Amino acid sequence: MKSFSYHQPKDIREASNLLGDNWQDALLNAGGTDLLGLIKHDIEKPDHLVNLKAVKDLDKVRYQEGKGLSIGALVKLNDLAAMDIVQNKYTVLAEALQETASPQLRNMGTIGGNLCQRPRCWYFRGDFDCLRKGGELCFAADGENKYHCISGGGPCFIVHPSDPAVALLALDASVTIAGKDREYTVPLHDFFVLPEDDVMRENILQPHEIVTRIHVPDLPSNTRSGYIKFKERDVWDFAVVSVAAVLRMGSERIEGGTMAFGGVAPKPWMEKTINDALNRMEVTDTNLDSLAQIAFTDALPLAQNGYKIPLVRNLIKRVIRTLNA
Amino acid sequence: MAKNKKNSRSMSRRDFMKGFGSGVVGGSIMLQTLHAAPPPTTGTFKDESNRVELTLKVNGKLVQTKITPHTTLIELIRDKLALTGTKVVCNHGECGACTVLLDGRAVYSCHMLALDAHGKEVITVEGLMQGEELHPLQEAFIEKDGMQCGFCTPGQIMAAQGLLNEHPHPNREQILKGMSGNICRCSAYPKIADSVVAAAKK
Ligand SMILES: Cc1cc2nc3c(=O)[nH]c(=O)nc-3n(C[C@H](O)[C@H](O)[C@H](O)COP(=O)(O)OP(=O)(O)OC[C@H]3O[C@@H](n4cnc5c(N)ncnc54)[C@H](O)[C@@H]3O)c2cc1C
Ligand code: SF4
Ligand code: FES
Ligand code: FES
Repeated sequence: MKSFSYHQPKDIREASNLLGDNWQDALLNAGGTDLLGLIKHDIEKPDHLVNLKAVKDLDKVRYQEGKGLSIGALVKLNDLAAMDIVQNKYTVLAEALQETASPQLRNMGTIGGNLCQRPRCWYFRGDFDCLRKGGELCFAADGENKYHCISGGGPCFIVHPSDPAVALLALDASVTIAGKDREYTVPLHDFFVLPEDDVMRENILQPHEIVTRIHVPDLPSNTRSGYIKFKERDVWDFAVVSVAAVLRMGSERIEGGTMAFGGVAPKPWMEKTINDALNRMEVTDTNLDSLAQIAFTDALPLAQNGYKIPLVRNLIKRVIRTLNA
Repeated sequence: MAKNKKNSRSMSRRDFMKGFGSGVVGGSIMLQTLHAAPPPTTGTFKDESNRVELTLKVNGKLVQTKITPHTTLIELIRDKLALTGTKVVCNHGECGACTVLLDGRAVYSCHMLALDAHGKEVITVEGLMQGEELHPLQEAFIEKDGMQCGFCTPGQIMAAQGLLNEHPHPNREQILKGMSGNICRCSAYPKIADSVVAAAKK
């Protein structure tokens, strides 16, 4: 592995200054589970690593009734998944976390690092100088694209690899970002970017910016939520397609809700038509079929991934049936 | 039979390291028993040779050494500390062969920086034994035949210990989930699961 120097700043300001203005110079190291893979494969070649472990409060989770959950970026995936409040109230997040990577990786990886992990496109991870690495071509467009996106693609066709991000998007989460001279909070929806806006980055972060906390609003007591991840193997694997649903259940019908999708687009994905249709929807076979029919009607599959459309439509029906049971 | 197997293996490995290992066993390493490792410090860790100080506990012993920042935990364990019970297969956080415990929890030692273990306690498969006594998990893997070639076994055993630390009496599902970060090329999975069940009863 390439050598680098290692910094352990005592606060965010210092960390941000150390990161500087160049992705090539310095990178954050949280759990290192994605970063080391990137460095070992020569995809990232930082001269400096900046570690946040000495910065106070980043490993804490707080819950306040009415306000919701505030999660420090350095909280380990397993610690978050094990919390009662997450399991009982934010079930969709607990289920997504339990489906993330392997037990060891969940003991090492942090939620901030998970949201900022780089894509898994095999050309990106392999020895291909593709668009996302500053090259001229997307090799997936006409190449092996079975696992690539069906929506939001072009000129690059990655899918975003994070499971927790999909759950957090359905939960209407936001992230706080601290940089050299300011701190601000954005909805998760605006945190991720599509390739048409920036083909080389997956989110809005500038090189000197750090995700410090993730906020999840409190939920009404009639909320039921869940995550279904379709993968090719039973043990750890990235999502082929995943669906997160957060539904407010009335006695006869769904009062309203949101769904978010993984494995389908370069960022965790939402479709307004689906969320609108959930409004006061009665859970019947006919209504579920109509909901599935209006889902992903704008999708533009590549040569090998058309199967994702029926797959995501079936998962939409399955997750609602499960939550309604 | 089990005991002989263990004795002959561990003896020959230790002798091997004594005889030939001086090239890899760094001279600056101190091994001594102390109760606490220091808390993480702040600052930029770099001297002229880009080596930085690292203090951690490995199998109950305090280790103080200097390493280059890009040293992974497995490189420290195998190459510097000559604890070669922990294996490397993929070196990419995908197979579990390199599993060790960090403050009691299973982690992949190939996929984390040694510096991220600063101030923490690492247990490797060597650290499970009490003197010459096999650990209940090791006994269970022998009794239940939880291995074929045995190359994944140190990692399986450490993942199992991490699982038992979290769930002392795991059910079948917890075992399958808890062991899912460890791949066995020989596909000894049913007997690995049986071994964990047996160990949990000990
Ligand atoms: C074999 C394998 C299987 C996996 N399977 C899954 C899966 O099924 N689902 C899934 O969701 N993920 C999966 N992952 C990804 C894994 O969950 C992430 O690697 C992990 O969560 C990243 O967290 P980390 O703390 O280790 O991040 P790091 O590796 O330390 O960082 C990742 C990236 O984010 C940046 N970064 C870290 N923290 C911050 C911050 N606070 N602010 C800004 N930037 C930051 C780093 O600079 C780096 O570029 C898998 C990974 C592996 C190796
Ligand atoms: S999909 Fe994106 S990351 Fe993959 S080859 Fe195309 S440009 Fe590169
Ligand atoms: S060698 Fe570390 S996970 Fe495979
Ligand atoms: S026993 Fe051979 S790899 Fe598991």
